Amino acid sequence: MSNIAKLTVWRGEGAHPGRWESFEVPFEPGQSVLDGLRWIRANRDPSLAIRFSCINANACKECMIELDGATVYACTARLEPREMKLHPLSNKRLVRDLVTEIAPPAERLLR
Amino acid sequence: MSVDPMHIETDVLIVGSGGAGMYAAIEAARAGCSVFLAERSLIGRGGATIMAQMTVAVALGLETPDHWSHHYEDTLAAGRELCDHRLAQLLCEEAAACILEMEQWGIGWARKNGHIAQAFAPGHDRPRCVYVDFLNTGPAVSKTLRAVVTRNKTIRKAGDLLIVDLLKVDGEVAGAAAFHLPTGTPVTIAAKATIVATGGLTRLYQRNSASTNMGGDGYALALRAGAPVVDMEFVQFFPIGHLAPRLIGMDPIMWDPFRYKLGGRLLNSDGEEFTARYGVSEEGRYVVTRDLATYAIVKEVEAGRGSPHGGAFLSFQHCSQQQLREAFGPVIDRLARNNIDLTKMPVEVAPIAHYHMGGVIADERMQTQVPGLLVAGEAVGGANGANRLSGNAITEALVFGRRAGQSAAARAQRSKAQPFRHEAARASLDLLASGGDRNDVNTAAMVTRLQRLMTEHVGPFRIAAGLKLALETIEHMTSALGERPLANGSAFDLRRLEWFDLRNMLLVARTVAMAALSRTESRGAHQREDFPGMLPQWRVNQVVRLGAAGVSLTRQTAAAEELAT
Repeated sequence: MSNIAKLTVWRGEGAHPGRWESFEVPFEPGQSVLDGLRWIRANRDPSLAIRFSCINANACKECMIELDGATVYACTARLEPREMKLHPLSNKRLVRDLVTEIAPPAERLLR
Repeated sequence: MSVDPMHIETDVLIVGSGGAGMYAAIEAARAGCSVFLAERSLIGRGGATIMAQMTVAVALGLETPDHWSHHYEDTLAAGRELCDHRLAQLLCEEAAACILEMEQWGIGWARKNGHIAQAFAPGHDRPRCVYVDFLNTGPAVSKTLRAVVTRNKTIRKAGDLLIVDLLKVDGEVAGAAAFHLPTGTPVTIAAKATIVATGGLTRLYQRNSASTNMGGDGYALALRAGAPVVDMEFVQFFPIGHLAPRLIGMDPIMWDPFRYKLGGRLLNSDGEEFTARYGVSEEGRYVVTRDLATYAIVKEVEAGRGSPHGGAFLSFQHCSQQQLREAFGPVIDRLARNNIDLTKMPVEVAPIAHYHMGGVIADERMQTQVPGLLVAGEAVGGANGANRLSGNAITEALVFGRRAGQSAAARAQRSKAQPFRHEAARASLDLLASGGDRNDVNTAAMVTRLQRLMTEHVGPFRIAAGLKLALETIEHMTSALGERPLANGSAFDLRRLEWFDLRNMLLVARTVAMAALSRTESRGAHQREDFPGMLPQWRVNQVVRLGAAGVSLTRQTAAAEELAT
């Protein structure tokens, strides 16, 4: 666990103004950004909101976020020993933190 | 924060939108019912179905002549004398109709020589398993069913909705209480019939092959509603789950299809094939059943012949680059991006929690012992006994889903319209409205702790002392969790979600450990270090109920009568 990634994560809810928050995350080469976000929840701040289901298989396609401005799956982007800026999808309505409303309207409770 | 609950009325409520839930929705709608399909994740994306890599068992007889009764015999043999014969028969007998309907709906089962291809899988007496290339069976099943659901206007869908409790009126299940994750809004749903199709409990374990939302919700919902569960001690560990090197963007059970197509050699640190030492010689073929392979790998590791990360080696070094590419096409590129070249190196594999044989007791209509409550898919207990045959999971999702949809529709159509009684939801709504922002519990860390505990003491190998320790720890964790939810109900509050998850997971973990401690023999997926060997007097199923005095366990002789045809 010699590598440290600095994950700078956008935090905020709905239409309220948000803020950036940084976490130092230890990792082994090969681990994913989602691994890092799950580590933050278990070890630093369980209130961090992220959306994911299948964890590692890239089957559910729920964990889409923006990494340094580019859209990625958090489960297939790898942690790197540098600052990585994580932002919710900017073309979707924000729910909270990294979670956006990505379901088609017909599959939501409130449309 | 107090928000007025939202109320929904429907003929049929379905909890979970994997293969079983979606097939049930289609079937109930086809019978003319209104359907509300609730999913804690996103419709057709969470759960286990989407994770299925390859095989779906069905006696189509296209590769070699076959009949459902042969599939049935193999299912019973794999189940080590504990299968519920009626459910196993239903699974095998109605499989073909579902598989062919999926073909009509455009799933595109892999074809060979002009017919649907059927691969051989361990435990089957002949090639029997259909699939979608490449490693795409689960996503294709989900996508196909989701498209049919979408075309059907009488099915209302709601993702991001966590069902918290089933609601009872006059001893019958009459709907459910829930909360909407993105807003925290409490929701009540009145339904003439409710189908629980929430899958299994693999999330209880540290290394598992299913989605994060498979924490045994359905078992807990059913138990709290008064429906008993059966065979909870039988958790299937998939023997060759990926262990190392770190591999991302792939399902950890991906080596199963590799072995179906290419054989492969399972090796210890001395480079020798070792399953023969435990009773089955493979010699490069893929024939050893899941329970035996798990046993063999764990024993090799114990004997000091494991791989560096504590598993076994799996080698495809006998294959050429061309063979690999023909069999798995773009998957080989994904492996290359993870710096894995199978022609040059083995990978490390180890057992991983994969499937739960146990589940809610149901009859052949999928009706539980509580009127108004039905189950489908992995949530159903009994069909697979002490060990599930490869390829039966998607099959049972489809078959049991279809049957549950039919039965729920029949019940909804004969039940008289009664106004929903809001007092039935009062306790659940009070629970949802209570709680606060406590900082004494990190729910994410608590989930991890429970997963470690279950892996260490209630994994594939068990011993009385470890099981007792697990039960004590589960009790302490239940006290620490408390009786009121955590956090304040803000948007997508994962602490609140995890509080409700832990409420279910701790209850279900207790039933698994309790049944495992009680079964003083080794059978199928349940192996006791202190009681090796299968005993004839243990040809019984264990049933767990939740009553006012807590959980209790009874035993009953395995149901061996067959369905009237």
